[in-house]
Amino acid sequence: MSSDREPRQATYRAAVREAIRQAMLADERVFLIGEDVGRYGGSYAVSKGLLEEFGPNRIIDTPISESGFTGAGLGAALGGMRPIVEIMTCNFSVLALDQVLNTAATWLHMSGGQFNIPVVIRMATGAGLQLAAQHSHSLEGWYAHIPGIKVITPATVADARWMLPTALEDPDPVLIFEHARLYNTEGELPADGAPVDIETARVRRRGHDISLITYGGSLPKTLEAADELAARGVSAEVIDLRSLRPLDTRTILDSVARTHRVVVIDEGWRSGGINAEIITRICAAAFHELAAPPGRVCTEEVPIPYPHHLEEAALPQMLEIVKQAEATVAA
Amino acid sequence: MTTIDAALARHLLREMLRIRRFEEKTIELYQQEKIRGFLHVYIGEEAVAVGVMQALTRDDSILATYREHGHALARGIPMRSVMAEMLGKAEGCSRGRGGSMHIFDAHHRFYGGSAIVGSGLPLAVGLALADSLKQRNAITVVFFGDGAVAEGEFHEAMNLAALWHLPVLFCCENNFYGMGTALHRAQSVTDLPTKARSYGIQAASADGMDVLAVREAAATAVREVRAAARPYFLDLQTYRFRGHSMFDPELYRSRAEVEDWKRRDPIPRFAERMVSTGVLAATDYAEIDSAAMEEVEEAVAFAEAGSLERVEDLSRFVYSETDDEQ
Amino acid sequence: MSDFLMPSLGADMEKGVIVEWLIGPGDRVERGDVVVLVETEKGIIEVEVWQDATVESIVVPVGEEVPVGAVIATLAEAERTPPRAAAPAAATTRKSASPSDMRRAIGRAMSRSKREIPHYYLGTTVDMTAGLDWLQRHNAATSITARIIPAALLLKATALAAAAMPEFNGHYDHDQFSPSPTVDLGVAISTRNGGLMAPAIRDCQDQALDDLMAQLSDLVSRARRGRLRESEVAAPTITVTNLGERGVEVGYGVIIPPQVALVCFGKIVDRPAVVDGSVSIRSLMTATLSADHRVSDGHRGAAFLDQIDQYLQKPEEL
Repeated sequence: MSSDREPRQATYRAAVREAIRQAMLADERVFLIGEDVGRYGGSYAVSKGLLEEFGPNRIIDTPISESGFTGAGLGAALGGMRPIVEIMTCNFSVLALDQVLNTAATWLHMSGGQFNIPVVIRMATGAGLQLAAQHSHSLEGWYAHIPGIKVITPATVADARWMLPTALEDPDPVLIFEHARLYNTEGELPADGAPVDIETARVRRRGHDISLITYGGSLPKTLEAADELAARGVSAEVIDLRSLRPLDTRTILDSVARTHRVVVIDEGWRSGGINAEIITRICAAAFHELAAPPGRVCTEEVPIPYPHHLEEAALPQMLEIVKQAEATVAA
Repeated sequence: MTTIDAALARHLLREMLRIRRFEEKTIELYQQEKIRGFLHVYIGEEAVAVGVMQALTRDDSILATYREHGHALARGIPMRSVMAEMLGKAEGCSRGRGGSMHIFDAHHRFYGGSAIVGSGLPLAVGLALADSLKQRNAITVVFFGDGAVAEGEFHEAMNLAALWHLPVLFCCENNFYGMGTALHRAQSVTDLPTKARSYGIQAASADGMDVLAVREAAATAVREVRAAARPYFLDLQTYRFRGHSMFDPELYRSRAEVEDWKRRDPIPRFAERMVSTGVLAATDYAEIDSAAMEEVEEAVAFAEAGSLERVEDLSRFVYSETDDEQ
Repeated sequence: MSDFLMPSLGADMEKGVIVEWLIGPGDRVERGDVVVLVETEKGIIEVEVWQDATVESIVVPVGEEVPVGAVIATLAEAERTPPRAAAPAAATTRKSASPSDMRRAIGRAMSRSKREIPHYYLGTTVDMTAGLDWLQRHNAATSITARIIPAALLLKATALAAAAMPEFNGHYDHDQFSPSPTVDLGVAISTRNGGLMAPAIRDCQDQALDDLMAQLSDLVSRARRGRLRESEVAAPTITVTNLGERGVEVGYGVIIPPQVALVCFGKIVDRPAVVDGSVSIRSLMTATLSADHRVSDGHRGAAFLDQIDQYLQKPEEL
């Protein structure tokens, strides 16, 4: 059944798989296309078993041709299908960047409204698995810079399950970034689950001393940081952005109006990252609400190194978030 | 060579002359700064678009390059619509937002007009994939130049089309130059059909300066694509008489070479042949030509009288509109 | 009357320099005629006129830079007769320089040459029988438009010899000789009003014979119509004069500075000659070399002429 009578636990991975599966059962226009999504079962095992269930016309294995198959996905969407293009990781997506930037994002506007492209492009993102510099990027903030596409970052199991169907219904291109370290996490699938919106942020934890704003793979560590802060007497509110383009400015400002202090946690590099956009919007609209300068915890501006201790030093860590939050509260 | 009747001869000549006169006019307008940005004209290559279009139906999909005015006109997009687009007017086929390089027309299944060399090839694969999955009896034709053969996307698309048995006609308009770089300086193997065959794709070459030869080659190719639902590669050898774009002093080729190809101008060549074989009367050319020029003048008047899209609408169509937003 | 404006030739073109007017007041022009050459950052571009008209006046002279959209000439509709042109503005130029201007320019160059370059002269007789025979066979099998004239053989042979012996191919400037890696062969062409031009065929040593022939025809016809581009008139690395067409059997030319050699070919004449111990009629032609003694000497000059001769004996390899 497409939704459960009772809440149940599932992994993020299983939730994504179920989302794809249910979408394909409901709409024969939907198909999955990407490298190793079929016989291999998906490089992150997301599509395991789907080839057997749906056959090779709907679970399409591609050669290593990111630009080729992404463009093909766009073309198929133009031709009336509802493809889910899976690019193995965002690290390889740059080979298809031209199709995303110059076709997916531009065609509707450039054709004067004639050609919308209803495609969903999913990619794994993020670091922390000691995969070294070329396999550890977080480019969702970069993509969020482009008008014409939508960029979402489901962080919870429920969102992994229920944001995808909404993305598939969207007449315009939606990029879904799934942090690689979230696949194994477990969470609750709600009873009577239903498609959710893909443009608003959610308050994951209410608090009144400081707003911790984050998204995607950084959500778990931010929630942990909030727990630690609570033990230290600081009440932190945690906002899960869920969507980077569009950014839910209203929820952000609403939180800041209540806490007057903010720290942004972003696994992208600091300079020019999505963290900068969020902080700028807060400063522009709520400058006088702020009791302290906004803080941010981001990835150090280095290519991600391989050894564990260096990778940890480069990435945002729970204790760093705690420290930055305490500093902002004390300021 | 199959026999050709007067009606078809008039049609082919008319289609080529419409393009020629249109392109000449755009050059004039560009020099007057009424058309801005980049302008890539199709002068010399008319036989290719016109010849290939004869083999297509309205259900087929077409993708082209930034040198696509000829294809747009030959496909049936109204000349005034294309001209207005080039002048940036709201009455243009893309609301004036695309200009010369981005002619789009959903009604005619004309998927642009692209400024990225090679980008149409994977899209063609996708459109054909959709047709194949939906079992729609139609093909996709993608036009590209010899320069695009160097792009990774060309190879990816060819491989995918052959691997997945897709009905794509890959139409290479081989004018022997990718902007300022001659084909032999860009490709280790300049016989382009060889590359197609290396992907297991059927391929043929034809004289792109002879509209009847193009028409025949396209008919054969399209027949194969429809029947076997397999891709086909056409190497149509042609030449652009003018520079790559407006701002091109053509330092990379000799005048003698240009003059040599001009002697094979597809339009007078076809006209002379039709007149000398009695298919057309000697006066037909002038009649068709003056009608073409009149149509061009009318299109210019329409375009110049057109309006500019409201600035307030700048953000429209970044995303699709729901009914209540319109 | 209508204004002829400096056209926009590119997205980022803001201005252009008038390089050469190919028309003057009173000239009739037709739609599509190239009327002026404009220099831009990218190079020289030919500009057409878009109407049938008579040229009224040239407003912007050669050498001046104007912005896009500026009036550079005025035209009158073809049917109306243009008003009597006022005395031409000081810098109005005609299709080609007046004979006296050009003659004076040639004179200055030749005086300088004689003053500065220590010439030496060598001559030889070349048997062109093999060359002409080959040409006849080649041309019989080719279409009229692609036929090759003897001059093409002479140019190619000279180019190959110059490529092999660099002291005859390059420029002498500031007390130094710089040999050129390519042979840009200047071809002396007489123009209608008694003028002389020597435009270059670039990379002549690498040109196939029919390409060379096509370029030669193109250059001659354009030089005679006054439609040569500045870039072609500049910098040959060696020049050939073919006086044979004027009926002259021998000529000794004056080197065009800063070049260091000039080869002169005379008329091909049928004469009796001794070949393999018996007399037969052969087609003979003199070839002379004028060379710069600062760079080469008679010994090398003789070898150079001999090379040309050798190449002309194997026309199929040219």
